[in-house]
Amino acid sequence: MVSIEDYGKFETAWCPGCGNFGILKAIKQALVNLGKEPSEVLIASGIGQSSKLPHYLKCNAFNGLHGRSLPPATGAKVANHELTVLAVTGDGDCYGEGGNHFLHTVRRNPDITMIVHDNQIYGLTKGQASPTSEVGMKTKVQTHGVFNMPLNPLSLAISLDCSFVSRGYAGNIPHLTGLIEKAIQHKGLSLVDVLQPCVSFNKLNTFKWYSERVYEMEDTGYELDDRVKAFERSLEWGDEIPLGVFYVNEKPSFEDHQEVLRSGPLYRNVPRTEMVNELMDGLI
Amino acid sequence: MNIDLNLKIGGAAGQGLQTTGMALAKTLKESGFHVFATQYYLSRVRGGHNTFQIRISDSSVYAMTEDVDLLLALDPDSIEQHLSEVRDGVVIVDADVIEVKDPSNMIFHVPMLKIAKDVCGDKIYSNSVSMGSIIGLLCLELSDLEKVLTLSFKKKGEDIIQKNIDAARAGYNYVKDNYPGGCKFAVSEPKEKEGMMLVNGNQAVGLGALAAGVQFLAAYPMTPSTGVMTYVAANADKFNVVVEQAEDEIAALNMVLGASFAGARSMTTTSGGGFSLMAEALGLASITETPSVIFLCQRPGPATGLPTMTEQGDLQFVLNAAQGEFPRCILAPGTPADCFYLTAEAFNIADKYQIPVFVLSDQYLADSLFTLPKFDTSKVTVERHLLSDQELRTKKEEYKRYKLTPMGISPRALPGQEGVLVVADSDEHDEFGHINEDPDNRIKMNDKRMNKLEVLREEMPAPKIYGKQDASITLIGWGSTYGPLAEVVDQLNEKGKSVNLVHFTHIHPLPIEHVRRSLSKAKRTVCVENNSTGQFARLLKVDADIDVTEKVLRYDGKPFSPEFILNALKEKEVI
Repeated sequence: MVSIEDYGKFETAWCPGCGNFGILKAIKQALVNLGKEPSEVLIASGIGQSSKLPHYLKCNAFNGLHGRSLPPATGAKVANHELTVLAVTGDGDCYGEGGNHFLHTVRRNPDITMIVHDNQIYGLTKGQASPTSEVGMKTKVQTHGVFNMPLNPLSLAISLDCSFVSRGYAGNIPHLTGLIEKAIQHKGLSLVDVLQPCVSFNKLNTFKWYSERVYEMEDTGYELDDRVKAFERSLEWGDEIPLGVFYVNEKPSFEDHQEVLRSGPLYRNVPRTEMVNELMDGLI
Repeated sequence: MNIDLNLKIGGAAGQGLQTTGMALAKTLKESGFHVFATQYYLSRVRGGHNTFQIRISDSSVYAMTEDVDLLLALDPDSIEQHLSEVRDGVVIVDADVIEVKDPSNMIFHVPMLKIAKDVCGDKIYSNSVSMGSIIGLLCLELSDLEKVLTLSFKKKGEDIIQKNIDAARAGYNYVKDNYPGGCKFAVSEPKEKEGMMLVNGNQAVGLGALAAGVQFLAAYPMTPSTGVMTYVAANADKFNVVVEQAEDEIAALNMVLGASFAGARSMTTTSGGGFSLMAEALGLASITETPSVIFLCQRPGPATGLPTMTEQGDLQFVLNAAQGEFPRCILAPGTPADCFYLTAEAFNIADKYQIPVFVLSDQYLADSLFTLPKFDTSKVTVERHLLSDQELRTKKEEYKRYKLTPMGISPRALPGQEGVLVVADSDEHDEFGHINEDPDNRIKMNDKRMNKLEVLREEMPAPKIYGKQDASITLIGWGSTYGPLAEVVDQLNEKGKSVNLVHFTHIHPLPIEHVRRSLSKAKRTVCVENNSTGQFARLLKVDADIDVTEKVLRYDGKPFSPEFILNALKEKEVI
C-alpha cells in the first residue's frame, strides 16, 4: 500500500504561507488515495513557481520550458500510456506563454490531468500582471492598473469542449484533493484550475479575499454534460465564486484514437526494419 | 555515358504537370534508363509557371544539366522562358492552343487537344497524348508507357485505362507519321533492367526513419520538409508509428522530447522557419539529454524567403541555434542513399549520446527523383542504449539520470521502469535531475555534456573522396551538392584535368583529424556551396583552421548544375 511518506518531503523555494503548499499536499493525497506508486506517475511542468512542484515530491518529472508543459506531457503519454501523467502549470505558464498549447491540447484530448496554479499574478518574475489578473490591479509594469480583460479559463475550456473542467481552491485542501482524484480518474484531458493566493505579490486576491467568496457547488443544478449551462455557470465570478466540477464530456481520448496503442505502450514496439523492403519494392 | 538526354515539361499549375512528369519518369525507368528528375516552381506572380525536368542516361545520373533536348510546352511561358535552353532539340507544342510567335524549325506542332477529343471524346486525355508523343520522339516501344498508365489509372477502371492508352498511342502515331526529324532522338533501350527504385530524398528519409524504428513523429507542415511527414504518416499503421500534426513547431519538438523521454524513438520534420521556433526546445533537448532527431529541409530564407526553392543557407544557424553552449550533431546527406542510411544513423547517435541530431537536407535533394538500387536494410541497426529492467534490479545505488561518467554519457532509464524515478529539468541540475545552482556542479554538468561532443567527434567518419587521391584541384562540397560536383569531376578528368571532390556528410562535430588528412594534399581547394557566404568554408576555418583557395557560391534559389560550376571555375581561372 502506498502511503503519503512514499511521496517524500523536500525543502522548497516557495515563500512561507504560499498557496502552492496546499496544492502540493492535495496532489500527494490524491495520488495516495488512488493507490498510485511514485514510479507510475509522471509530472510535466513548465516554468514558474508552480512548475517547481515536481521537485517537491517523489515522482518521474519533466520540468521543461516556460509555457510548454502540455506538449511534452502529450508526447510522454503517447509513448507510454500506462503512466499517470499530470501537467502542473500556472496562469502565466498555461494561459499566457503556452496559450496555444492549451487550446490545442484541449482539442487533442490526451488523458492528462492539468493542474493550473492560478494566482492571478506572476510570482517568479516578482509581481507583473498575468492573463487572469483583474482589471485595475496595479503592478510595477501595469502602473495605471491592468487594462486587459482577464481570461476566464473555465469558460474558455468549456467553449472548446474540454472533457473535464473544474475549479479548486488552495485554501480548501480536502475539496481540492477530491477534485484532483476525479480529474485523474477521468479519461481525457481534465482541467483543474486552482485559485491560489500569492502571499508576496498579489495583495488583492488574498486568502481572506478568496475565503469570503468561494463556495462548493453541492449540485450544479444541470447535467454535467450540458455545455451551455456549464458555460453560463463558469461566468459566475465576483462576490460568489463557485468551486467544483463544472463540465464533463466523456469522449475518446487522443490515445483511444491510436490503434497502435491497443497492443501495449508505443515505446515497447519492435522495429520493423525488414518490412521497409516491401515499401522499396513498391518504388520499383 | 552514351545516352544523355534532357526532357523538360513546362506548364501552369493545375495542368497535370506532375502527373505527366511522374508517369514519364516511371516509364523511362521501366525501360531500363537511369533517370534523374527535378521539379521547379517559378515565381507565382508570373502565373505559377512550373517545370518538371527528366534527364535520362544509360549510366547513373545524379544531377540536372541545363541544355534541353525535348521541351514539352504546355503554356506560353514555357516557350518564352525555356526556348533558349533548347539547342539542337525540339519543342513539342499544341499550336492550336498556344500561339507560337516565332515559328522556328525547332517547333513541332502536335494537336494534342484535337487528338484527345477525336480519339477519346474529351480533351482531358491530352496529357496522355503528350506522353505518347514523347515516347514516339525517343523511338521507344509504347509498351512501358501502357504499363505505367495501366497502373496509374487502376482505381479508375478499365474504360479510363483504355482511353488513356488510346490517347497515348494516337500521340505516338502522330509523331511517327509527322515528325520531320524521324528518329533523331532515338535512344536504345538498355538491355539490363536492374529493378531500380525511383525515389526522392524525402521518401528516402522516411524509409530511413521507418527502418530505424521511429515510433513517434510530431511536426508542423512546412515546404519542403512535409514529404517526410506524409510518407511516414502513409505507412504509420503498418510500422506502429504515431504521427501527430502539432499546433506549431514549438509544440512539435516539445512533444518529441516528451515522447523520447518516455522511451519512444521520436523525430520532427521542418524547414528553417519552423526550426526558428524550435530553437528553444533544441536547448531543452540538450540540457535534459533527451535523444531527438530533427529533419531540417532547407529553403532560401530569411523569413518566408523563397518557399519552393533551394539553398544551403541554414548551416550556421543550425550549428549555433539556441542560447548557451551544448552538444548537437549535424548530418547532411548528398544522395537519397545517404538520406536513408544517415537518418537511421541519426537515431542511433541520438540514443547513444542523448543529444539532438539533425538530418540537414534541402529542397533540391528532397524533391529530386533518382533511380537507385534498393537500400540495404541489413546495414541498419537499432541501438537504443537503454538500461534493462534486469540491469536496474541489480543496481545497488539510487538511480541518477545524470550520473557523472568519464565519457559524459549517463545510463538511461525510462519513467515507469520499476524502482527508478527519472527526473529531467531545463534548469541546471544535479545528478538526480533536481535544480542545482551550485557553481561547481554547473561546471561538472557543462563539462559532462560538452565531453559527449568530443567522444562523438572521434566516431565521425572521414569525408568521402571522389576521384583520385592526388589532384591538382580539389572541390569541397557538403550535403546535396554531391551529384553535380561528382559530375564536374568526371567531366574535367575525362578532359585530362586533375580534379577530385572531398564531400562531407558528417558536418558536426567535424572530425578534425580526418579532415586535415583528407585535405592535407590538396593543392588548390574550391568550396562549392548553395549559399551566399560560404558557411561550410567558415566552419572549416573555425573548426579545423583550413583556408579554402576559392569559393563557388550560388544563391538564386536554384540548385547547382555541372555547367554552372564549370563556368564559375573558368571565371575564377581555376580551370
